[in-house]
Amino acid sequence: MKTALQIEDLTVKYGEFTALDKVSLAIQPHTTLGLVGESGSGKSTLARVIAGLIAPSDGQVLLGSQVLGKKRSREQHKDIQMIFQNPDSSLNPKHTIRQILSEGLLFHKVVDRAGVEQRCKELLDRVHLDERALGRYPHQFSGGQRQRIAIARALSVEPSVIIADEPTSALDVSVQRSMLELFSTLKSELNLTMLFISHDLGVIHAISDIVAVMKQGQLVEVNPKDQFFSRPETSYSRELLSAVPKMPISITTGGLS
Amino acid sequence: MMATNPILEIENLSLATSAGKSLVTNVNFSLGKGESLGLVGESGSGKSLTLRSILGLLPRGVEQVGGAIRSDVRSAMIFQDPRGALDPLCPVVRQLAEVVYYRQNVSRKASRTIALELLEMLGLPDSLKQKDRYPSQLSGGQCQRIVIAMALACKPGILLCDEPTTALDVTVQKQIIDTITRLQQELGFAMVFVTHNLAIASTMCSTLCVMKEGQIVERGESLSLLQNPQHSYTQMLIHSVLPLPELERGAGV
Ligand SMILES: Nc1ncnc2c1ncn2[C@@H]1O[C@H](COP(=O)(O)OP(=O)(O)O)[C@@H](O)[C@H]1O
Ligand SMILES: Nc1ncnc2c1ncn2[C@@H]1O[C@H](COP(=O)(O)OP(=O)(O)O)[C@@H](O)[C@H]1O
Ligand SMILES: [Mg+2]
Ligand SMILES: [Mg+2]
Repeated sequence: MKTALQIEDLTVKYGEFTALDKVSLAIQPHTTLGLVGESGSGKSTLARVIAGLIAPSDGQVLLGSQVLGKKRSREQHKDIQMIFQNPDSSLNPKHTIRQILSEGLLFHKVVDRAGVEQRCKELLDRVHLDERALGRYPHQFSGGQRQRIAIARALSVEPSVIIADEPTSALDVSVQRSMLELFSTLKSELNLTMLFISHDLGVIHAISDIVAVMKQGQLVEVNPKDQFFSRPETSYSRELLSAVPKMPISITTGGLS
Repeated sequence: MMATNPILEIENLSLATSAGKSLVTNVNFSLGKGESLGLVGESGSGKSLTLRSILGLLPRGVEQVGGAIRSDVRSAMIFQDPRGALDPLCPVVRQLAEVVYYRQNVSRKASRTIALELLEMLGLPDSLKQKDRYPSQLSGGQCQRIVIAMALACKPGILLCDEPTTALDVTVQKQIIDTITRLQQELGFAMVFVTHNLAIASTMCSTLCVMKEGQIVERGESLSLLQNPQHSYTQMLIHSVLPLPELERGAGV
């Protein structure tokens, strides 16, 4: 099968500082690649380059077989959607949920005007929110609910790739869990191709098919999830995995079903 | 769960906003010498406020409206955001020596010697002895070590820990936890450890209190609480822990 997203020799510099150093990575269609690494390792920088929010100093991003250049077309922008740690960065506080969800639908002509209301309801249903949410404003929702709205907004334009940058890191553990369950359902129902970024190895384990580890701007390991968690290839991955605090009892009920 | 000869007793502690909104209700616990008690629960459950009231450091707008706190030892606190707890304009060794000087009533010269000993105890780089640095020139983990050193400079009988590793990377988190555990064994202080991470709480503490909406909904010896949780909220918290498979031995070396 073709790769959905391919990154070749990406280098990003902030002034003198090299935040990404010749990173290459391929994501297969309908798989979730979990990107893990310590803070400052360059995860968000990679996400921003792929989404076209910053330009690399070197290297390129391919979506399917198209090279994504400096100036992206409307269609190319639509095709890669981002979800952030803080949902408020993508939700205009002065707009109702209806306005937030219709904007992309109309701009990218996903449905015609007559179909917008119905599609908005379907989107909310996808993320398990009641359609009565449509008339309300972002501040009237909890952090977890706002993240669901941000996910609905990202899904609205039917992107081929979703990038989620620490989407559960600001949430309480119980909310985090239901958010991960939502991502899992969406993954299988919509056949999403996803780059899922987290510094939390428990989260990465719950959501990923493939795991990539980043350290100081470089990828140090890319492996299928099961292999990564039981037989990591590098001592750095092993160090990360060994540092995760362990429960003193084995939890049989935990984990996503 | 009353400790024999407690060094800290909290009885029916209730806190509310000045407008009368109840924030913490009837919290009870006690702590014996050298013991560790964990307060776990999700954000907004009242963990930080409970901890702050032990220190008498309630934020503006929050008042104690009931109950009593009795303690005959000194307490010192460490926070989630170590940088925020340090003065950004003062080099760290000087800050530490300053705390030693005021808290231990020793000469300037002795305070610097004690500060340098604390640096060593916390595993901070030797280079700080020659060249002092500002908080912004240290990593988050190093700043947290300075904050712990400053707390220990008060020679506390109780160390109050408010999510001290939540903002740190997992490898740094492990180092800080190992350091706190070692120091507790060496110095024998008691601890109240606030965290939302059940794995950390149960490793660090022999007793856990589960807080929800300002109340302790369940408490018990750490292991038995995890093995046999009674309250649905405790069960939910345990259920929310994301498990990891066992690492195979010898891999990745
Ligand atoms: N706009 C910027 N200007 C300068 N340095 C930056 C900028 N954004 C990020 N950095 C630096 O680049 C490195 C990688 O950052 P980031 O991609 O945000 O890492 P992560 O998401 O893994 O925590 C860090 O050292 C960070 O301080
Ligand atoms: N200064 C304050 N004024 C009013 N309410 C406050 C103040 N500080 C905290 N609260 C409220 O008290 C509750 C408990 O807060 P806190 O003890 O910080 O929770 P936790 O540490 O468990 O996350 C929260 O609902 C919070 O909004
Ligand atoms: Mg980031
Ligand atoms: Mg708190």
